[in-house]
Parts: sequence; structure tokens; C-alpha cells
Amino acid sequence: MSAATVISAARAAAAASRRGTPRSPAARDRRERVVRGALFASALLSVATTATIIGILASESVRFFGMPGVSLTEFLFGTTWAPLLGADKHFGIWPLLCGTFLVTAIAAAFALPVGLIAAIYLSEYARPRVRAVVKPALEVLAGIPTVVYGYFALTVITPFLHDHVSERFGTFNALGAGIAVGIMILPIVASLSEDALRAVPRSLRDAAFALGGTRFDVSVKVVVPAALSGIMASWLLAITRAIGETMIVALAAGGMAAMTLSPTAEVQTMTAYMVQVFLGDAPATGVEYRSSYAVATVLFVVTLGLTLVGNLILRRFREEYD
Amino acid sequence: MKHARIALAVLLAPIALLGAWTAARDAGGTVRIDGSSTVYPFAEAVAEEFSKKNPGTKVTVGQSGTGGGFKRFGAGETDFSNASRPIKAGEIEACKAKSVEFVELPVAFDGLTIVVNPANDWAKQITVEQLKAIFLSSSAAKRWKDVDPSWPDEPIKVYSPGTDSGTFDYFREVVLGKDGTMRADMSVSEEDNVLVRGVAGERNAIGFFGFAYYTENAKKVRAVPVVNPKTGKAVTPTHDTIEDGSYAPFGRPLFVYASKAGLAKPSCMAFAQFMLDHAGELAEEVGYVKLPQVLYDRAKANLKALRTGTQMIGPDGKDLHGPIAETYR
Amino acid sequence: MAPPPAVPAPTGSHGHVRRPAQLVASAAPSSQGARRAMDRGFLAICLALTALAMVILAVLLFSVWRDGHERLSGEFLTSYASRKPGEAGVKAALWGSVWVCVTCALTALPIGVGTALWLEEFARPSKLTSFIKLNISNLAGVPSIVYGILGLTAFARLFGTVNADTPIAIGDPDGFLFLQLPFGNGVLAGGLTLMLVVLPIVIVSSQEALRAVPRSLRAGSLALGATQWQTTWSITLPAALPMVMTGAILAVSRAIGEAAPILVLGVPLFIRSVPQNLMSDFTVLPLQIYNWANRPGEAFHELAAAAIIVLLAVLLTFNAVAVVIRQRLRTT
Repeated sequence: MSAATVISAARAAAAASRRGTPRSPAARDRRERVVRGALFASALLSVATTATIIGILASESVRFFGMPGVSLTEFLFGTTWAPLLGADKHFGIWPLLCGTFLVTAIAAAFALPVGLIAAIYLSEYARPRVRAVVKPALEVLAGIPTVVYGYFALTVITPFLHDHVSERFGTFNALGAGIAVGIMILPIVASLSEDALRAVPRSLRDAAFALGGTRFDVSVKVVVPAALSGIMASWLLAITRAIGETMIVALAAGGMAAMTLSPTAEVQTMTAYMVQVFLGDAPATGVEYRSSYAVATVLFVVTLGLTLVGNLILRRFREEYD
Repeated sequence: MKHARIALAVLLAPIALLGAWTAARDAGGTVRIDGSSTVYPFAEAVAEEFSKKNPGTKVTVGQSGTGGGFKRFGAGETDFSNASRPIKAGEIEACKAKSVEFVELPVAFDGLTIVVNPANDWAKQITVEQLKAIFLSSSAAKRWKDVDPSWPDEPIKVYSPGTDSGTFDYFREVVLGKDGTMRADMSVSEEDNVLVRGVAGERNAIGFFGFAYYTENAKKVRAVPVVNPKTGKAVTPTHDTIEDGSYAPFGRPLFVYASKAGLAKPSCMAFAQFMLDHAGELAEEVGYVKLPQVLYDRAKANLKALRTGTQMIGPDGKDLHGPIAETYR
Repeated sequence: MAPPPAVPAPTGSHGHVRRPAQLVASAAPSSQGARRAMDRGFLAICLALTALAMVILAVLLFSVWRDGHERLSGEFLTSYASRKPGEAGVKAALWGSVWVCVTCALTALPIGVGTALWLEEFARPSKLTSFIKLNISNLAGVPSIVYGILGLTAFARLFGTVNADTPIAIGDPDGFLFLQLPFGNGVLAGGLTLMLVVLPIVIVSSQEALRAVPRSLRAGSLALGATQWQTTWSITLPAALPMVMTGAILAVSRAIGEAAPILVLGVPLFIRSVPQNLMSDFTVLPLQIYNWANRPGEAFHELAAAAIIVLLAVLLTFNAVAVVIRQRLRTT
């Protein structure tokens, strides 16, 4: 090809691209349909993702329960989890569930009330100057990667507990991890609750003030109940995040699955167990490896359930105002 | 649309830069290593020094545990497998099934160390029987006084590596026998660092790992002298007691298994030679004990000759337990 | 005294009407002084707890700074991780993070914006559309470790369709353009896995960006005879672009901090190289922090803290860029 042909071809291509739209309506419609299809395919990807997750978890779990020494009843009702040690394996899920529950409960006990009250403060009480400081600070807290909270639990929270509260707090304990998870989910509760509170129209507040209510009366007895669905949805979302949290518990909670509710105890959550298995990089056919998928299934079901309940609450119980 | 073009340029710029920069560097091959967490400090040291001298070669080291490492090794995913115990018959079969041949290279001596928290002042020494009482699943002593009546009435908190760990296998075989089962209520982690942290932070804890992890953290945990079953005397693990064999029964050699296919790559062969040349000094540096030079020479000869197969299992299929200076030729 | 005028009552699913008057009147205690005391008491609680949150943030940042700032230096950014704390640095982790996040952004943006476009501009309200919307909000709540499992099976192993023992390789392994099937645990697999994690964020923020574009713009374009796609491409998207970019930055901020999915993919603990192509081994900053934090020495904790400072600095830069974009948006 000579240089002249190349140059003229390039010019023609550039001109065509500049023109952009095909002239004929038929070509336009065709392009329209193609684009529509491509965008629809993108949207379907989210459905495909969920379907693939369910498919992978279900198939591996089925394979897990089909392996010798594993029984579904023991999994669902057993209270010993000892999958990694030699011949005598037990696969009762409850110790892991208990560990997850303990850490999440501690986190929720800290974050839900504190977050809600901070939200009430920001929405109903705070002056704009205070808001200008606190809101960005909450955004910073929300953006901090969870591994940083794990580090914080390890180097600040646990030594503090060990030195100043009780010597029974070892390196790995549920309270330290729980507090760190609580700090992590605090911004979620605060921001979403604040959004819900601010969505309540002024007229309600004005009316309550006009009737002689104090700010406390107005906030706690009028605005909060009106925003309750949003607040509860934020709580559920925060709890879902806490249940799914991995790095903090992997660093600070420990590696021993036990049925205990003691905050000083070392526990193992579902996510921490999965990390333990995957860190060992076992091949895809061992029973330990497959047990991790069964645990992942339980985790997925729990978080999906909570998310769906949160959506339901938001839709059904949302207060509608004119 | 101007914004879109700018945005696109901003996004693509790093890629273009990266592409230009990486393409300019010369290729050097890869070396993939995985396996024992006990051997990991040693492998890390070798890999680091080797990388400094050969910047073009990409060395990666994993820590999947001896068992996990062998599974990957048998599948052909790694070039070298670190092991804190000799390769087992089942693992040899797996290698054979995938036509993976290996060269066995001993690299260092280790003394598996039993550690307790520094505040633990009662366990002045421990016997293998007492360890069995603690770790065996059928006895699984719950409190320290169950092991020795003079010890306090406090619950025992046990930290252990997991089943992928060669240290776990080795400890179980020595203390419980080949068919013994370890107790179920232990805090398990494949990472020895996690075990160190656990024992260091818990007053009533007991755990075990390779000697290098103890020497690196000697201020955080205390090594318990183990009564040598042959002499009846309690021996503290130190460099010298491991080297002369008086720290028993927990003295053991550490291995690196090299795949023959991997050694065909110049990068891997260079790595293996570098490793054997510097194994003594690097082993000592990370806290293990160097082997006698004659063993390193034998290993180098085997490497050069690409002598495959293990020497730690006798022709009758039984493990050979003598001192490695005699077993390894 | 005339009864208070009826206030438009909030209706909930609980049926009965709650009047603010009833609520205020039923408030115990009934005396004015006691009520004011409760108000002041509650304010004190609000202040205390909000201050607590601020104090926690301050303590966190301070302790990280105190532990790590001494290890910060140019060498820290340009050295690889080492067994000797004095020589260790975050070079491999930093570049690994860059590669993975760029891959993530480049894949998440088209798909995320495309999905948002479909939902906002093209889709007709139907059961399928609401199902897709429900799906996206559910995906936002999935733990990131589950995405790691998905990435492991779907990308690293390609569902087992290609045997890992006999991979299909295209291109020169040491060059920039190299592809291998299955993807293994290289940069591409990591980037695609993170794409799945951030996709809901990109979709939601793009939806909000598109909704913020005034209807009049679209209506005008359509009235002039443009097709839906022409309108979208030439009018709506450019108008929504700043907010879409902000959403993208938010997504990348999330991606750079994720460790669990990468951990499941299985990256080597020791790595002293920077990625060369999409199939290269890599590690990311959060994982490097995790590895260092796991080691028992103080020196390694200091290294972890220094790496955290680097990570937070990168995130702060992203935040600042997003704020600048938002300011620009407000002034136009």
C-alpha cells in the first residue's frame, strides 16, 4: 500500500468517525438496538453475579455434604467445629456462628446507639460549624480500610484491655475485635440515620415545637419515630457489614472456634475461618477446603437475608409524607 | 465530550507509562516457592539475597504449610517446596501421578521449641509424656495441675499449627505416635507468627513452633526445657544443643525439595545453587542451625547430578529416623 | 382554649394517627423544668457520644502516626519488603495496588455506567427491572470475602473450563501484552474480583448522577429528533460526567482498601517484583499491612503503621480530588 492510499484511507476514517451518526434511519435504528442490547447485558451482569455466587456456593456445599464423615444434621446442629485436625473431624457450624454473633453483638452494642445519637445530634442539634467538622470526620472514618481497624485492635485496644481492664484479655479476644468492628460500622449508622432523620419534613418539627416541645421531645418523640424505617434499615446494613467483616477478626479475634459468650475469650468467626482455610492454599478437593464453602454459604444466606429484610422494612414501613 | 476525553486520558496514562516502563526491563525468569512456615524465614532470606543479586528474576515465596506446599508441588505449580519434615509416601505418589520428579535438599537443623508465656514460672521443664497428656485428644488435660500436681489450677490455652503444617505432623508423630489425634480445642493457625503472638499475650498458654521463631521472639515467649528421653536430663533448645543433638527428641532437619522440571529453567538452577552455597550462613542468620558442610556438599552433588527421590524413606517403605548425617548421602 | 389545629398526620402501617400534641403531652415528666432538664441532659449525652466518635478517630490516627512516621522515607516507597525491618518498603505492594485498581476501574466503569444508563434511560419499568434493582442492592451487602470466592472460581480458575496444567498462553510472558488462560492469581484476576466488589457503588452513584441531569435537557434533545442513544451519548452522559467521576473515585477508594478478596485469590507472601503484565503476581497495600501486623516484632508493627500512613495518604488524595470535582460541579 502506498503512502497516499494509507493517508486517504485514514482521512476517510477520521471523517466517518467525526460524522458519528449514520445517516439512514435503518442504520440508526440498528445501532440503537445494538447499544440497547449492550447496556442490557451490563445490567444483566449483576443478576449473573448473584446467580454465579449462588451456583458456586451451592455446588461446592453439595459436594461437601456428600463427602464421607460429613453430615448435614451435624453441620446444622452440632456444637463442635474441628475440621483441621487429623482423623477426628467435627463440622458443627454453631461455634463459628457463635463467634460471629459475639463479635457482631459487641460491635452493634457500641455502634448502633452511639451512631444514632450522633445522627440525632447532627441532624437536630448541631450548628453548621460543628456539622462542618463532624461530617467530614465521619466520612474519613467510613473510608478507612478495615485492615487499619484490625491493626488498631491489635496495637491499641487489646493492650489497653489487657493492661487496664483485666489480665484475662489475651492477644486474641472477642471484645477487642468487637470494639474495632463497632468503630468501623459507626459511620454507616451515623450517616444513614442522619439521612433518614433529615428526610423528615420540617412541618412535623415545627408543629411539635409550636406545641411547646423541647428539642429532646421533638427529636426523640417525633422525628425519630417518623424516620424509624430508615434508621432500622441503617442498623441492619451496619450489622450486615459487621457480620461480613474479615480483616479485623482475622487479625484480632483468633483461631479457636468455641461456643462461648465471654468477651475475653478467643473466638473464631465464619469469615476468619474462611481466611484460615484459604491462607493454607489447600487444593480444591479436600474436605477442609470444601467446608469453607459450606461456611461461606451460611454467611451468604445470613447477609442476604438481612439485606432483604432491610429492603422490606424500608419499603413497607416508610412514612409517606405529602 | 472534552471532559470525557480528559477523563479517559487520565485513566489510560498510568497504563501507558507502566507499559513503557515494564517493557524496557529485561526478562529473567521466575522462581516459585511454597511450603512450610517453619522454613519460610530461611527461604525468605535466600530469596531476598538472591533477588538482590539477580534483579531480573521474579521470586515468590508462599507459606501454605508443608502439606499445602506439597500439594501444589505435586500439581506442578511450584518449583521448590519447603518442608519441615521429609516428603511422605502419599505425596510421592501424587508427584508420580503428575510426572513430577524432585531432588531432595536438606538445608538446616531445627529444634522444635515448646514455648510458654514469660509469666509462666511453674513449667520449669517438661517431658514427652506430659506433652502427650496435654495434646492427645483422649487425655487433653484441661488445667495445668492435671499435668503436674505442683502446677497451678489454671486452664491450659493451647496454640498449635494446623494440619497443613509439617511442624504439626512432626510434633504429632513424635509425641503422640503416628496414629495419635491431637485435641480439638486448640487455637489453630498456619502462621507461626500468630502462634507467637497468642502465647505471648496469654498467661496460661502453651504452643510450639520452629526454633527460629523462638529466637526472634525470645523476649516475648519462654522456651521450656524438654527432658531428653534417652538421657533423662532437661535440655533447653539452643544453637549448640540442637547442633550436637542433645536437644531431643525435637531436633530435625529442614528440607527444600526442587522439582526436576523447574531445575531445567536456568533461573531455578541458579537459585538452587545460590541457596546451597549460602544455606549455612543464612540459616544461622534467621535463627536455625547450619548443617555440617559435608551435608551441603552432598546436597550440591545431588543437585548437580539431578538425583531424584527421597532418601528419608527406606526400601521397605518405612521412614528412616537416624541422624541425617548418616541417612543422607 | 380552642383545640390545636389538626396537623397532617403521618400514616404508617400501624394505622392509628399520632399527633405531635399527643406525643409531647404524653411525655413524662410533665413539668416544664424537668423537661428542660431532660433536654439539657440529652444534649450532654449527644455531645459526649459524638465527641467520643471524634476522639476515637483522633486516637486511631495519632497512634498510627506515632508508630509509623519514623519509618516513612523515600526508601520506604522504593524498597521491597524484607526480612530486615530497616530495609523493608512497600514498593511491590504500592505498584500492585496501582495495577489492580486501574484494572478494576477500567472494567467497573463501563459496566457500572452501562448498567446505570440502562436502568435510568432505557429500561421500561417492569418486573425484570425491579428484580435487577433488587439484585444490585443485595450485592452491595455481600461480604467481600464471598466476592473473593467468586473471583477465585470464575476468574482465577475460569470455572475449570481450561485445565490449569495446560494453560493457554498468548504473547510473550515477559512483555506487557501477555494473556494466559486460566488467569491464575495475577493482576487481571485481582482487578476483576475487585470490580465485582465495587460495581454496586459505581452503579448507584452513576444512577444518582444521571438522575441529577435535568429532564429538560433530554426532552430538548429528543424533541429535535435525536434517538435515545444519541441523546444519552451527546447530552446526558457529558452532563453527568463529573458526578460519575466522583463515583468512580469512591469506588477506587473502596477497591484500594480491600484485602479479603485478594487474600482468597492467593497471592504470595514474599514478592519482590513489580507487576509486568496482567498475569503477573502481585500484592496489595492492605495485604502487606496485614502481613506485617501479623508478625510479632515491634519493628514490623511500625512498618505496618507506616504502610497504613501511605495508604491513608493515597485515600486522602482521592478524597481531595473528589471534593475538587464536586466544587467544580457546583460552580458550573
